[in-house]
Amino acid sequence: MQTFDLASEGLRKLNQTLHAQNANTNQTEWNIVNPKGSHAIAVGLDAPISVTVNGSTGYYCAGMNQQADVHIKGSAGPGVAENMISGSVIVDGDASQYAGATGHGGLLVIKGNASSRCGISMKGIDIVVGGNVGHMSAFMAQSGNLVVCGDAGDALGDSLYEARLFVRGKVKSLGADCIEKEMRPEHLKILADLLERAGIDSKPEEFRRYGSARQLYNFHVDNAAAY
Amino acid sequence: MVRPGSFTISTSTTQRLIEVTEMKDEKTQFVSRTVPQQSWTFSNPINAEIRRAADTGIYDIRGGGAKRRVPHFDDLLFLGASISRYPLEGYREKCDTRVTLGTRFAKHPIELDIPITIAGMSFGALSGPTKEALGRGASAAGTSTTTGDGGMTPEERVHSNKLVYQVLPSRYGMNPVDLRRADAIEVVIGQGAKPGGGGMLLGQKISDRVAEMRNLPKGIDQRSACRHPDWTGPDDLEIKILELREITNWEKPIYVKIGGTRPYFDTTLAVKAGADVVVLDGMQGGTAATQDVFIEHVGLPILACIRPAVQALQDMGMHREVQLIVSGGIRTGADVAKAIALGADAVSIGTAAMVALGDNDPKWEKEYQKLGTTSGAYDDWHEGQDPAGITTQNPELEKRMNPVEGGRRLKNYLKVLTLEAQTIARACGKSHLHNLEPEDLCALTMEAAAMARVPLAGTEWYPGKAGF
Ligand SMILES: Cc1cc2nc3c(=O)[nH]c(=O)nc-3n(C[C@H](O)[C@H](O)[C@H](O)COP(=O)(O)O)c2cc1C
Repeated sequence: MQTFDLASEGLRKLNQTLHAQNANTNQTEWNIVNPKGSHAIAVGLDAPISVTVNGSTGYYCAGMNQQADVHIKGSAGPGVAENMISGSVIVDGDASQYAGATGHGGLLVIKGNASSRCGISMKGIDIVVGGNVGHMSAFMAQSGNLVVCGDAGDALGDSLYEARLFVRGKVKSLGADCIEKEMRPEHLKILADLLERAGIDSKPEEFRRYGSARQLYNFHVDNAAAY
Repeated sequence: MVRPGSFTISTSTTQRLIEVTEMKDEKTQFVSRTVPQQSWTFSNPINAEIRRAADTGIYDIRGGGAKRRVPHFDDLLFLGASISRYPLEGYREKCDTRVTLGTRFAKHPIELDIPITIAGMSFGALSGPTKEALGRGASAAGTSTTTGDGGMTPEERVHSNKLVYQVLPSRYGMNPVDLRRADAIEVVIGQGAKPGGGGMLLGQKISDRVAEMRNLPKGIDQRSACRHPDWTGPDDLEIKILELREITNWEKPIYVKIGGTRPYFDTTLAVKAGADVVVLDGMQGGTAATQDVFIEHVGLPILACIRPAVQALQDMGMHREVQLIVSGGIRTGADVAKAIALGADAVSIGTAAMVALGDNDPKWEKEYQKLGTTSGAYDDWHEGQDPAGITTQNPELEKRMNPVEGGRRLKNYLKVLTLEAQTIARACGKSHLHNLEPEDLCALTMEAAAMARVPLAGTEWYPGKAGF
C-alpha cells in the first residue's frame, strides 16, 4: 500500500505518480490522505489500480477514469467520475451536482444522496445511488443505467434517449418524453446485478422503470411545445 | 401611370420610365394609376417564409453563417507606405508569418507556419473524406485542424500534423485516449453563428458510424446541449480547465472558444479561467445546422468583436501572452491581414475551407437546381444531400470529394491567403504579419470606424473617440 499525502506533496505530483502506473505495476494499492476537498484528484487514470481517498473531494474526482477503482471515503464535489470510461468509483458519502456526467462506462456508486443532474448525458455508465437524486437527473441520458434507491427530484429523464432509469421511491416529476415502462424479467435481472455489484441491499421488485417514450426522436410539429 | 390590364410589376425607376415612354408611343388614352409597389417590410422572400412556416409548422433550419450584410473587413482599407513609412521589397525582404499558440501554461505550445487555422467542424456534419482533406491541406500548409461535435476520427488524426480536440457540451465521442492524442484542447462555450445555442444533426445524417461515435440510435434527430453538463460559470470553468490540464499533464494548450456576444467580458473571463488561447467567432461564422432566425439575429459581426477582446487582453497585460484567434467570414488574405492588424494573433476558417474543397461549386448547378436552390446559395447542409459530397454521410455522394485533390486545393488556397496577407504587410513596411497594427487601417463607413476603432478614411476621427 502506497500512501500519498496530498497536503504536503501537491496535486500535480499525485496525478503524475498515478499516471505513471501501467498494467504491470506492482504498486496497485494507493491511499491518499489529506484530500481536503481538492479538485481534480486522481483524474485521467488508466491502470488497474485501487485508489482510496481518505476524506472528501472537490470537483471532478476520478474524472475520465479508465480501469482504476477509486474509493472516496467521504463526500464528492461536482462532476465526480465525469466522462468515466471504465473501472469503478465508490463514494461513501453524498455527491454534488453532475455525478457521473457523460460517463461512457464503468460503475459509479454513491452510497448517500446525489444532487441535481446526476447522470446528465450519460453514455453507457452504470450509476447506483443509495439515497435520493436531485432535479434534472439523467437529462439527455443516452445509454447505461441509473438506479436510485431513494426518491428522484423534478424532471427526471428529461429528453431521455436510451438510458434505463430505475427508481425505488417517489419521482417528483418526469421530464419531457420520459415515461414509466413495464419492468420485465430482463430488467429485474439487470437491476439485481447492479445492486449486487454496488453492494446495496435492496429488492429489485420494489423499483419502477422509466425510459424514453421516443416521441421526440424526430421533429414533429405536434410536439413543438416539448422542444 | 399605366395602362390598365397590361402593367408589369416593377419598382425600379428606370423600368418605370421605359414603360411610360413606350405607352406614349402607342398614343393610347392613359388612366392615372399607381405602379404596383412591393413592400420593403413584407418583401417577397419574407412572405414566402411566412407561407412556408404556415405550411410546415417548423422554423427554417440551415447551415452556413449570417447571410445579411453586416459591417465587415471590406469596410476597412490599409493605408500602405508613404514618405513617413517605407515598404518592404515584395520578393526579397522577409515577411514572417509564423505564430506560436499556447505560450502561457502549456509545456508544448503549437507552432504554426501560418496564422490561419482550420476551424472545428464535426464529423457527422462533414464526411470522413472531407475531414481527411482538411487534415491533408492544413498539414501541407503548416497549420492545424480542429475536431468538432462528434469526436475525433482516425482520418483526421492521421492526416493532421496538428489537431485541436474540441470539448463540447454534448461530449459526443469524448474520451481520454483522444484527449491525450490531441495537440491542443478547445473548450467550446459558443459559436458565432449561434451563441447560446446547441447543435443539431438531423436524422438523415445519423449513419451507423455517426450513431456509434455519438452513442445514439441511428436515424434520430440528434440535439447537442447548449450548456456544458458538468460546469456552469467562470469559476467552474477554471476548475474544468485544471482537470483537463491534470489529465494531460499540463502539456497541451487549452483554447476557449466563444461566440461574439460580449467579447470584452468573455475574453476577460476566459483568461481568468486559465485559457492559453481565446478563439472568438463572429456571427458570419458558419455552422453545420441551426435555426435561420438564430443565425441572422443573434450575435455580433466579427468586426465588432476584435477590438473589445484585444482591449480586454491589454487591460490584463495579456495581449500576445494569451493568443487570440478570430473567425467568422474570413475569405481573403486582406481579411487575414485586417484581423491581425486589429490585434488578433491568428484567424480560423470554416466556410472558406469548404468552398476551397468544392462546396457550392457551379459545376454541380444542375443538381443544386434539383434541390430547389442554386450554387452559392445551397445551405441545406443538414439534409445530407450535398452535391459536392462535403456535408453528407451518403457513401455515393462522399466519393465526389477526393481527399487528396481536396487537400491540394485547400493547401493552395491557404498559401494564397498567406501570400496576400504578406503582400499587404510588406506594403505597410512590416517584417512580420503581427507587426500590422490599427494605425495601418482606415474605415470606409462610420459603422466600421466605430467597431474597428480606426479613423474614417480621410479623417482622424472615429465615433466614440475621445468621448464623441
Ligand atoms: C459545417 C460546419 C460545421 C461546424 N461544426 C462546428 C463544431 O462542431 N464545433 C464548433 O465549435 N464549431 C463548428 N463550426 C463553426 C466553425 O468552427 C467556425 O467557428 C466557423 O466556421 C468560422 O466562420 P467561417 O465559416 O465564416 O469561416 C462549424 C462550421 C461549419 C461550417
